[in-house]
Amino acid sequence: MKKILILGAGTGGTIMANKLRKALDREEWDITIVDKHKTHYYQPGFLFIPFGIYNKQDVIKPKADFIPAGVNIIYSDIDKIVPDNNKVLLEGGKALNYDFLIVATGTRVDPAETPGLKDELWQKEIFDFYTVEGAVALREFFETWQGGRLVMNIAELPFKCPVAPLEFVFLADEYFTKAGIRDKVDITYVTPLPGAFTKPKSTKMLGELLNEKNITVIPDFYLERVDNKEKKIKSYDGQEVPFDVLAIVPVNKGDDMIERSGMGDDLNFIPTDKHTLRSEKYENIFVLGDASNIPTSKAGSVVHFAADVLFDNIQCAIKGRELRAKFDGHANCYIETGFGKGSLIDFNYETEPLPGTYPLPGIGPFGLLQNTKMNHYGKVIFRWIYWHILLKGKELPIENEMTMAGKKR
Amino acid sequence: MTQKTVAGVNLEVTDDGYLVDSSQWTEKIAKEIAKEENIELNDKHFEVIKFIRENADSGLTIRKVGKSGVVDIKGFYDLFPGGPLKMSTKIAGIQKPSSCV
Ligand SMILES: Cc1cc2nc3c(=O)[nH]c(=O)nc-3n(C[C@H](O)[C@H](O)[C@H](O)COP(=O)(O)OP(=O)(O)OC[C@H]3O[C@@H](n4cnc5c(N)ncnc54)[C@H](O)[C@@H]3O)c2cc1C
Repeated sequence: MKKILILGAGTGGTIMANKLRKALDREEWDITIVDKHKTHYYQPGFLFIPFGIYNKQDVIKPKADFIPAGVNIIYSDIDKIVPDNNKVLLEGGKALNYDFLIVATGTRVDPAETPGLKDELWQKEIFDFYTVEGAVALREFFETWQGGRLVMNIAELPFKCPVAPLEFVFLADEYFTKAGIRDKVDITYVTPLPGAFTKPKSTKMLGELLNEKNITVIPDFYLERVDNKEKKIKSYDGQEVPFDVLAIVPVNKGDDMIERSGMGDDLNFIPTDKHTLRSEKYENIFVLGDASNIPTSKAGSVVHFAADVLFDNIQCAIKGRELRAKFDGHANCYIETGFGKGSLIDFNYETEPLPGTYPLPGIGPFGLLQNTKMNHYGKVIFRWIYWHILLKGKELPIENEMTMAGKKR
Repeated sequence: MTQKTVAGVNLEVTDDGYLVDSSQWTEKIAKEIAKEENIELNDKHFEVIKFIRENADSGLTIRKVGKSGVVDIKGFYDLFPGGPLKMSTKIAGIQKPSSCV
């Protein structure tokens, strides 16, 4: 029996397990997937928890529900990969051998990387909403808050779902307006980027929207530390921003397991060929999703598109052929903008997010870089699509390659 | 793209002033670009610039430079005030780093 081993049963690992099991002969190929958690988190749902739109039950399901029959699932912490021996060690010393390895261990937030962040105010007046615990704690805080300075800060680049902190401030604007205290809440968006977002057209559109909603942007702010006594965030070049409540995206890193394996860059992301999705160093190791260092967004939509490419290339690899499929970096992100509206960006390695329309047979069109009700529904139905179609590796009526149809330069 | 004469050499630069061909770079050119940014280059600057040129293709970040052993992040800001990565890469004659998120 030949062996495919998948590390991480999150978005990417689960999709691959489903696709590969369907395609590969069970007599010939053994497929095993490893994850430390039994619970699958719908991470895009975390955003809605602080505002009471979703609760914890809306974003969790057992992982086992999504792993197909014929795939072995092991719940265990992964200790490290020993790539030179085609072997993975689990916590406690158990070893798993592989012919092909798919690493899909994602990225996680590491507040300990920033001095003063995980200190006395952590989870009291400083919260992250990238974990379910943080999102729930923030909700409890918001429920009785009387107003003051709400600061949203991003500690480091890259971070997963780059639009999430923008959505957070848009939803906060709506939430405090409806609570009748928006005039008492000062919302500030503090980012290491030179503007609201990265590329010119989307930065302009989103910058204007923030302005309209009376949200202040402080760009080029690179966080050095958090001062718990003065309740201020401080940057390396001496800027200071005071807060009463701080929502933060802490430094994002690949799992420590990657570091223990000696396979990561300075943030534990694995150097990966951005077109073939193969590890730059090892012929039989592929990297899917947030765990890689490919220069596109760390987002579920990207993982979904990349999974199609990876599937084709694994088929080539196991037949000893050259890798044929090429990933274009396609990302497609709905942006909640509050009050029942949303925006949408669609882009890849080469093309920045452009305005126009996004065709989606049967459901669309959605408005690109426009603020519409339809885009908001896109985000709402995404949760259903995620659980029922996406994780199971079923086809969506969307090509993995980005299309220029509907876009205007 | 525009043409620009720096330190007597005719160079092609991008709209925001980054060298198109990094192999045309010389220390003299670096000094002149730095002057336009109101920076007088010293030995420490050149140590950092050397690291930056050697790691141009590796997805440079402020954090990476801070871990280089050449300079820490605070020192990096002191040498190139404002946007240290944007400025140092321009002076080092390499491509503007794209912050991809
Ligand atoms: C607040 C928020 C909002 C978001 N919104 C959106 C959105 O609107 N649209 C969108 O497309 N994306 C969104 N995302 C991003 C999306 O959720 C991720 O990009 C996607 O889930 C990444 O998939 P992955 O397979 O790479 O990693 P993950 O799904 O994170 O899976 C990684 C898995 O590896 C396991 N693992 C890691 N290390 C080990 C180890 N050492 N041992 C054992 N197991 C291990 C983990 O337990 C986990 O199950 C959002 C994310 C957040 C946090």
